Amino acid sequence: MATTVSPAAIAGSQRGKSTLARREATLFWVCVAPWVLGLILWTIGPMLYSLYLSFTDWNILTAPTWVGLRNYIRIFTQDPDFFQSLKVTAVYSVFSVPLRLGTALFLAILLNEATRGVGIFRTAFYIPAIVSSVAAAVLWTWILNPRFGPVNGFLGLLGIEGPGWFSDPQYALWGLVIMSAWGVGGEMLIFLAGLKGIPNHLFEAAEIDGADRLNRFLHITIPMLSPTIFFNLVMSIIGALQTFDAAYVISTARAGTIGGPVKSTLFYMLNVYDIAFAKQRMGYAASLAWILFLIILVITLLVVRSSTVWVFSEAERERRR
Amino acid sequence: MASTTFPRTEVPEGLPFFRTREFGSIVHRVVTYTLLVVLSLVFLFPFFWMITSALKPEQQIFLWPPQWIPDPVMWSNFREAFSNPLLPFHIFFRNTMILEIGIISGRLISCTLVAYGFARLDAPGKEILFGILLATLMLPSVVTQIPRFILFTEIGWVNSYRPLIVPAWFGEAYAIFLMRQFFLTIPRELEEAARIDGANTFRTIASIIVPLSLPVLTVIGILSFKDIWNEFFNPLLYLNDLTLYPLAVGLAYFNGQFDVQMSELMAASVVVLLPVVIVFFIAQKAFVEGISLTGLAGR
Repeated sequence: MATTVSPAAIAGSQRGKSTLARREATLFWVCVAPWVLGLILWTIGPMLYSLYLSFTDWNILTAPTWVGLRNYIRIFTQDPDFFQSLKVTAVYSVFSVPLRLGTALFLAILLNEATRGVGIFRTAFYIPAIVSSVAAAVLWTWILNPRFGPVNGFLGLLGIEGPGWFSDPQYALWGLVIMSAWGVGGEMLIFLAGLKGIPNHLFEAAEIDGADRLNRFLHITIPMLSPTIFFNLVMSIIGALQTFDAAYVISTARAGTIGGPVKSTLFYMLNVYDIAFAKQRMGYAASLAWILFLIILVITLLVVRSSTVWVFSEAERERRR
Repeated sequence: MASTTFPRTEVPEGLPFFRTREFGSIVHRVVTYTLLVVLSLVFLFPFFWMITSALKPEQQIFLWPPQWIPDPVMWSNFREAFSNPLLPFHIFFRNTMILEIGIISGRLISCTLVAYGFARLDAPGKEILFGILLATLMLPSVVTQIPRFILFTEIGWVNSYRPLIVPAWFGEAYAIFLMRQFFLTIPRELEEAARIDGANTFRTIASIIVPLSLPVLTVIGILSFKDIWNEFFNPLLYLNDLTLYPLAVGLAYFNGQFDVQMSELMAASVVVLLPVVIVFFIAQKAFVEGISLTGLAGR
């Protein structure tokens, strides 16, 4: 009866298997424990706590007092700084995100077309992206110096009187927009990797069919690159809405006011920083933080939802067949 | 129609040269390279301006048309910048290196462990947990900053490096994701051999996984180095004493002083960004690969 296996033996091996699975599961939780603990300590816990704080009035020194929705009502009804910071951040994002993505894509396409010296040009375009935002802000304050900077000097040669840039409330934000296009090296490299991933035979087939460069770009490059464009778009929007470093360094140096001149660069994060850490109104700042969080969440979801229309996915095409 | 013939590739006889494909590709190449050269000069110009400004005598800084090449070259600007009591460079440098070592070691050790769990071990709920990990990649830090600051204030960690270093020992989503992808490509057989020899999981990770994963560990280490070097917001928030500042905060502080000479400021900026640029040139491949891989997180 060597071929029959006793029920007890089967049960035993299953029990063995499940003990093994249990041991593996335990080991899994031991391995991921640091991250899970960190998630609770540094992310989920703080998020819940700040949600609670947003319904309180708290100056750190005394105990927080529950004020219900009062912070939120005040933000939307009688806080000009909130609307100013929202406007500054929105204007900046609307101009800087397309400018950055356009520049990054254009540079990536140029690099993809080149055959020789790609490494040198890639380095030249990428280096500004590794520069510390503080050093970049210090440097661009000098480049855009109204009287002695090379940009206004160059404009002077063309007979144009250059603006006051960071000292002029009408131009300060535009200085930051221009500056943001300088550091697009990361996005450029991601685009370049995306371009390299497009199979060459698609271009060859289109060329045989008589498609010119523009058509090949519009009907092959752009659709095949759309997942990469999507990724860069989402990350740039999230980044632009949380702009802080350069605006803080430029506006606090010399002028000494956060978001100056005349609140023209009062980014949302600068306003939150000022209220939370300079004025120590933690409850009110937490409400502001939650509003920005919801804005970012909604915009990200909108972009993700819209992506089904414009992002080309190989899997989707397979399914439709 | 036979699809094996390519009518377009045959250049018709007698077509004028400027309409041939060869001419088209020459024009294309000329345009491409002209744009590449011009644009790379535009991108590099600020560096040129910074370096020459750092080397000019103070009065030549304010000349227009500019003094393109400083005359005489004032290397002493660097010495003056760093003998300025407002810019104790060696202290800022030391502080930055403390943060670099504390954060990078914590990140590499904790992320290796977590990534191994996600790559190799099975447990109920693992998929959901990994989904949460990917979601945190996009999570804006704005809602956690204030309560974290309060937490670190309550436990008395403000004005020390603990709020900056300790969280790094709890893993970081992006590094975990990259490592997991890499670990999945390592054949399981290699580990089984070690396990038969009686090594436990942690020994296996240290003796098999880590040596095989040096490429991805390098990428993460190098990109972390750059990020920590440039980090501004958190050190600004948590450090109050000048003697604790890392370079980025120190430079911002120096920039905020009223009576700073422009040449000194530019000299300080050059020195602050030079190490990252040097590391970039040494480890260019790791940089480019690491950033290119970032795009994968979105797939």
